[in-house]
Amino acid sequence: MMLTGLIAPFHFSFTWFVACFLKLTTMAKSCVPLSELATSNTHGEDSPYFAGWKAYDEEPYDAAENPSGVIQMGLAENQVSFDLLEEYLEQHPEATGWGCGISGFRENALFQDYRGLRAFRQAMATFMEKIRGERAKFDPERIVLTAGATAANELLTFILADPGDCLLIPAPYYPGFDRDLRWRTGANIIPVHCNSSNGFQITTQNLEAAFAEAVAMGFRVRGVLITNPSNPLGTTISRPVLEEILVFAARNDIHLISDEIYSGSVFSPDEFVSMAEIVEERGYKDCERVHVVYSLSKDLGLPGFRVGAIYSYNDRVVTTARKMSSFTLVSSQTQKMLASMLSDRVFVENYLETNRKRLKERHDYIVEGLKDAGIECLRGNAGLFCWMNLAPLLKETTREGELELWKLILQEVKLNISPGSSCHCSEAGWFRVCFANMSQRTLEVALRRMRNFMDGPTPIRRITSLPFKAEMALKQKAYSDLESQAHLQIYLKNKHEDALSLLQEEARIKDETIAHQQTLINLMKAELAKTRPPSG
Amino acid sequence: MRLIVPLQAVAQGRGGLVLGSLIPCALFYFLQFYLRRHRPSSSSSPPPSSSDSNLSELTSMHRSFSRNLLSTRGSAGPSCISSRGAALARGDDNPYYVGLKRCAEDPYDASSNPDGFVQLGLAENRLSLDLIRDWLVSNWKDSLLSEEQELSVRGLATYQPHDGLMELKMAVSEFMGHIMQGSISFNPSQLVLTAGATPAVEILSFCLADAGNAFLVPSPYYPGWDRDIKWRTGIELIPVPCRSTNNFNISIPALERAFNQSKKRGVKVRAVIVSNPNNPVGNLIDQETLIGLLDFVTEKNIHLISDEIFAGSTYGNDQFVSVAEILDVENFDKSRVHIIYGLSKDLSIPGFRIGVIYSHNENVLAASSKLARFSSISAPTQRLLVSMLSDARFISEYLAINRERLQNMQALFVDGLKELGIKCASSSGGLYCWADMSKLIGSYSEKGELQLWDRLLNVAKVNATPGSTCHCIEPGWFRCCFSTLEKSDIPLVMERIRTVIQSN
Repeated sequence: MMLTGLIAPFHFSFTWFVACFLKLTTMAKSCVPLSELATSNTHGEDSPYFAGWKAYDEEPYDAAENPSGVIQMGLAENQVSFDLLEEYLEQHPEATGWGCGISGFRENALFQDYRGLRAFRQAMATFMEKIRGERAKFDPERIVLTAGATAANELLTFILADPGDCLLIPAPYYPGFDRDLRWRTGANIIPVHCNSSNGFQITTQNLEAAFAEAVAMGFRVRGVLITNPSNPLGTTISRPVLEEILVFAARNDIHLISDEIYSGSVFSPDEFVSMAEIVEERGYKDCERVHVVYSLSKDLGLPGFRVGAIYSYNDRVVTTARKMSSFTLVSSQTQKMLASMLSDRVFVENYLETNRKRLKERHDYIVEGLKDAGIECLRGNAGLFCWMNLAPLLKETTREGELELWKLILQEVKLNISPGSSCHCSEAGWFRVCFANMSQRTLEVALRRMRNFMDGPTPIRRITSLPFKAEMALKQKAYSDLESQAHLQIYLKNKHEDALSLLQEEARIKDETIAHQQTLINLMKAELAKTRPPSG
Repeated sequence: MRLIVPLQAVAQGRGGLVLGSLIPCALFYFLQFYLRRHRPSSSSSPPPSSSDSNLSELTSMHRSFSRNLLSTRGSAGPSCISSRGAALARGDDNPYYVGLKRCAEDPYDASSNPDGFVQLGLAENRLSLDLIRDWLVSNWKDSLLSEEQELSVRGLATYQPHDGLMELKMAVSEFMGHIMQGSISFNPSQLVLTAGATPAVEILSFCLADAGNAFLVPSPYYPGWDRDIKWRTGIELIPVPCRSTNNFNISIPALERAFNQSKKRGVKVRAVIVSNPNNPVGNLIDQETLIGLLDFVTEKNIHLISDEIFAGSTYGNDQFVSVAEILDVENFDKSRVHIIYGLSKDLSIPGFRIGVIYSHNENVLAASSKLARFSSISAPTQRLLVSMLSDARFISEYLAINRERLQNMQALFVDGLKELGIKCASSSGGLYCWADMSKLIGSYSEKGELQLWDRLLNVAKVNATPGSTCHCIEPGWFRCCFSTLEKSDIPLVMERIRTVIQSN
């Protein structure tokens, strides 16, 4: 062999190498190999989304014990209506039975039917219909139960995609998808980039662009997955957009997964349109490609119970998912317990209404609070979080700049919020802020911290291009002038107790401000005309 | 990389001008040599590249097979599902699942449906349910609500660790220790809890092997593994046949042969998986064989998975020995041994979905506790079990009574079969017996066996599991689970089987 021929002249080194080689192979042997899945970091838990959780775990905020700790605003958990659940359990200890009463115990303990308890599936179907204002029908026989929506989404990916295929997901999207949908299935995700110009709405152009990108990369696209209401945006998807998405899926012959786990957390029930409604309105045309995911973790605030569901209009998917659900079944005891809770109409109606109201109050409170601190949020109407714009604070509008700010907020403001880049947002500076996993008082502390941060020496955007620089300088001047006007206003408000004079004063200031703005705009125009080279 | 780094260290240590110039040259050739030898096997899981000429015939065959599947599916019409999904849609004709389905649709009940199907195909224990029920009736309230009022909803409803509450891990490890009669103690931090043993086996398989790798499985083995292990992971199961001549005990030389054969085919074997007590035979693996197995996996540098889900359902004189016990005494590398356990069989609560992975391997524990997020156990169920398992008096009473009832039932059932002229393999554990009906089959083949299964199911309305679904190479063996029956049902079952024998 060529190899030995080359080595032979150096006999000494050869034997020595052989010895080394043998030693090394035995060394390697002592470490018994694991799969790539276990050893690689495709679980994606190294992203800031999870790093923030770790920081929180190390130093959690506690009003009494650790008032300077990190406040967790990265966890979409609903605790605002726990009292209602507690009240129900107190009032109906026997009715809930915790699934352990004498009656039916035998079936309960032995229950291994993949389909899940009939009574529970019925209750789930009714609950889902109720959330959608009875505008959509759900057949209990099409509900496949899983241990949480995480498992439901993974299971659908297993069924719809082979390793190497891809799903399109409108971005920004829930950071967990990168792990949940890709890790074991071997599927890929191509983000459909949406941007702030239209409030991050999904458009056919964006979908088509992502589809073309995926095809160009050599992927076979198997489906599009939407979250409605959107996580992290906290907005619902409008009816025409939903129709467009379904038409897009049909045109490209792909599946459509509609993850509606926040459907009961829409502040006003009329503002939510389910994909199920669209399917029914279209007379079940193209319905075989539509799959709805639901869970009780968010709307009922019961993530610990691990109840998720797949509702598919495709018979083959239902059958396969049911078989595959053997890997992720829900404890029969839990099913039984929830079946009686969800079958209690009075409780369910009261719960949904109160929960919606409380979430809206929380949402409005935090959005107002942030506004006072000078921070804008995307207009949201659902969910347990708001989508906050800190782009004006970025040193540079890049992912790095965003993460720098995120780190600053985590370490100095001691708030764990989720950076938009972990959600694959195409614009830097957006953050998801959860508000339902804490008490009102903790939320107040969080807002106070944010306000202090904004009032402090905040980093100002570094301006690069020259014409832009001039424009920005003018803008900033205008801003600061307006600000001093506002201060004057407050000063006057305090000074003049006479309401009439205050009004007059205000009117005068308004006029002056308008005049001032007009001159500023003229100034700006003149300045811009100077910097721009004359054309034509 | 791992290879290069230590070599450099060695090179620097020995230094020298001559060596310094020779080493890089030799190193390069060795690396080439090493890489060439190792590339085909180690790179089997990244995206398939057909140009890789080093792939053996079989791997490429496997791949083209899956491609065929894709293409037929592609022409099948709109909104097709993945080949993974489709693979199972075809698996419906497996007698194991057909029988289970028939029984579920029309189950026998002595009073309400005496003409229904008798279920001997499901390893489910109904003998001691009354004990569990009585405990729950008197304790369920305390177990969930009153202990610490503060805990009630907040401790149940919010997100909990995906791999199980620490309290439950402690209770389960205690329980496992109890089942092994205190001979070993299990460390709760080495447990990962999942929603049933099915996901436990699957998660462990995901951690140990890549798609296209294989596990050696002494056969006959539990038919569910073909679905649980192979389906989503893409792992191959290679049956290593055991023979009736030595009561289906595991033969190390047979494992050795199977290992070498798959090596020749280019299939990488990553583990041996055994069930102890064996399912479907019901025999125990003795200490000597366990040591043999450990020697084997150490020599081949592969893993050993021991499914001990029936560990507490033993009877008879043979003492159950867990592989964990051997590890405690003998000097083996612990990181390659993993135990699967669950409460479905020993505590007869399959509906509650509690499965366990017990491992000494930190990487396996880290990965599987992350994977447990896809099959977590409901928190109220966990709380309930924490208090049930912590009731030491109840547990020891339950285990003792359950063992006794199991033994009685087994004796009755096996005697019943004996009277019909059907002998069973000698067994010491499990909820079933392994019956030899080879004298009753028309042709001594799988076909003959399935004909008998069909007659048992459709004529006698008795669902037993045919040995062929367990990959038994000797035709005519059937697994019959007796723990779903009442004592009073046995004469009826025997009578039904007799009709089939007589119509022969």
